[in-house]
Amino acid sequence: MARAVTRNTRIGWTIVAWAVALVIFFPILYTIITSFKSEQEAIAGFDLIPSLTLESYQTVQTQNNYFRPFMNSVILAVGSTLLALIVAIPAAWAMAFSPTRHTKNILMWMLSTKMMPAVAVLVPIYLIFLRFGLMDTRIGLTVLLMLINLPIVVWMLYTYFREIPGEILEAARMDGASLRDEILYILTPMAVPGIASTMLLNVILAWNEAFWTIQLTTTSAAPLSAFIASFSSPQGLFWAKLSAASTMAIAPILILGWFSQKQLVRGLTFGAVK
Amino acid sequence: MNKTIRALMGATALCATAGIATAQDNVTLTVATVNNGDMIRMQGMTDDFSSSHPNVSVEWVTLEENILRERVTTDIATQGGQYDVLTIGTYEVPIWAEQGWLVALDDLPEDYDVDDLLPAVREALSVDGTLYAAPFYGESAMVMYRTDLAEAAGVTMPDSPTWTDIKGAAEAMTDKENEVYGICLRGKPGWGENMGFITAMANSYGARWFDMDWNPQFDSEEWKATLADYLELMTNYGPPGASSNGFNENLSLFQQGKCGMWIDATVAAGFVTDPENSTVADSVGFAKFPNREGVDNHGNWLWAWSLAIPASSQKQDAAKQFIAWATSKGYTELVAGKEGWRAAPPGTRTSLYENADYLAEAPFAEMTLSAMNAANPQKGSVQDIPYTGGQFVAIPEFQGIGTAVGQQFSAALAGQMSADDALAAAQSTTTREMTRSGYIQ
Repeated sequence: MARAVTRNTRIGWTIVAWAVALVIFFPILYTIITSFKSEQEAIAGFDLIPSLTLESYQTVQTQNNYFRPFMNSVILAVGSTLLALIVAIPAAWAMAFSPTRHTKNILMWMLSTKMMPAVAVLVPIYLIFLRFGLMDTRIGLTVLLMLINLPIVVWMLYTYFREIPGEILEAARMDGASLRDEILYILTPMAVPGIASTMLLNVILAWNEAFWTIQLTTTSAAPLSAFIASFSSPQGLFWAKLSAASTMAIAPILILGWFSQKQLVRGLTFGAVK
Repeated sequence: MNKTIRALMGATALCATAGIATAQDNVTLTVATVNNGDMIRMQGMTDDFSSSHPNVSVEWVTLEENILRERVTTDIATQGGQYDVLTIGTYEVPIWAEQGWLVALDDLPEDYDVDDLLPAVREALSVDGTLYAAPFYGESAMVMYRTDLAEAAGVTMPDSPTWTDIKGAAEAMTDKENEVYGICLRGKPGWGENMGFITAMANSYGARWFDMDWNPQFDSEEWKATLADYLELMTNYGPPGASSNGFNENLSLFQQGKCGMWIDATVAAGFVTDPENSTVADSVGFAKFPNREGVDNHGNWLWAWSLAIPASSQKQDAAKQFIAWATSKGYTELVAGKEGWRAAPPGTRTSLYENADYLAEAPFAEMTLSAMNAANPQKGSVQDIPYTGGQFVAIPEFQGIGTAVGQQFSAALAGQMSADDALAAAQSTTTREMTRSGYIQ
């Protein structure tokens, strides 16, 4: 039975929610503020009012052209996501609607690959990339990022597909739908919210991936993660420039997340209430 | 075959030959480097190199220091050949050269004047007398102190202070109410962070990392005195949260006028006396790295960011041309001409310290040269030691061991454990790792 919520309680929870959100968002906000300061202001101490100079952005752009790593990030994030969906939708369909007694084990095995630290397989993957000429190529990294995120994509899609009544698919089959038609025209449209949120999450994960994208690239395929890393200095204070580089790197994904937050939340909470 | 076809085939063959010739002549070098001010400046000067070497273009890969080390190590170990020129330090050069990972730089052009390199730096970058990396900029360590605060506190800093002098000056200059701390030292854990400083300090106390049988020596009186004095200085006269402070954090504090003294790399002198970035640029004095009374050792800190060619590079000739350009006297003059003598990469060539223009613009030049010439990384400690290196131990295992010990000392600085416990933990960790690595039988 639903309980009445008083106005004061609602206001109280709203304040708490805003406070928590501000604490979580503050590091990003301060990075953005610092990016609009001069280097002298940046090291001078805590100050929320910048002089609004674009000096750091200009230097960052001059020192390291932003657009090449940006395009690489877009290609890697979108490419690996599409590739993952092509592989994961049929796999999740099979697991959700034609499970065998090994399905759970396979799902657990897929998830277990995420539990291994990436550095443990650095040398073998590095050697594979070298031998097959994939080093510093977008195609090599796209495939690798797809494989890295595939377990999560399959798991998420499997969870969404399980919410769809199997009877609808059976009805389609009785009406003569082929397997391809069933997946393309019945299942996929019904699971659009789930697929969309999986896509968004995968794009975010691929965009932020910073181990393999730094280890396996030099110049041609280096994305924004490598771009940020290049502004960290062991001897010298370049906080404003580093903040500007970080802001430029996170801005696209932040904007994407902002506009798609409704879809993202809907997808992530899909099936949460029975 | 008619004439037209023959003519076309001939033309195709000519084009193909020309194409191959062009492809052979045009070389793109991939240079891996870190984001230090001098390296950024070098990137900006690349056009000068390209104008004198029109067939060689340069692609820069700038990475965070530890990532660079990791990437380059993986690349060399797997013969990846991703890089043609590497930016590495005096720690890596002897180890990698002995592994056969680096190309010998024994055929640099005559006008390069290899004899002009500072002897200590040249020796640190050589194995069996052969140079394996060319120094881009070098550093030792020294005391940087506020002359105005010292004067106000009635302190006279000797040119060659002892640790007792430093303690007295730190006490006199500390004014915590106004956020002025007598001394700022590295506390952030890491083999190249707090352990760089503490190892040099331990050298100046007569301590050593290992005896001749590679047994760790953290249970010695010298190490106990080193850590006790370091903790006393930092606890009583250091800034709050010092266990998180590395080079950059201390640089920031000093530039904001919050440190009476800072003992660190000589390269910092250029930053703290830069009026554009430092609020105390006009009132900085310099002194030698301190020593303990009776111990003839001033830390033996020596580091040089250097350019080397990995053995896996397919473009070694062009890489040598680039290195010869970037570390030449001509490059120094180029930088001086465009940005002034203060911006010239320090600590590599004797001729720089004989240049009146440089000496006039860089008040720290004399002390830097004195510190670099005094450093003897071939024998870091006054005691007998089986290793080389001043503020580090030049063995491959040191990165791991140094960082583990650095964490113990940083925890002691943060008040999480006592000095004795930190030393005991350091002794046990180091003994275990050295046994596992086969040094201790």
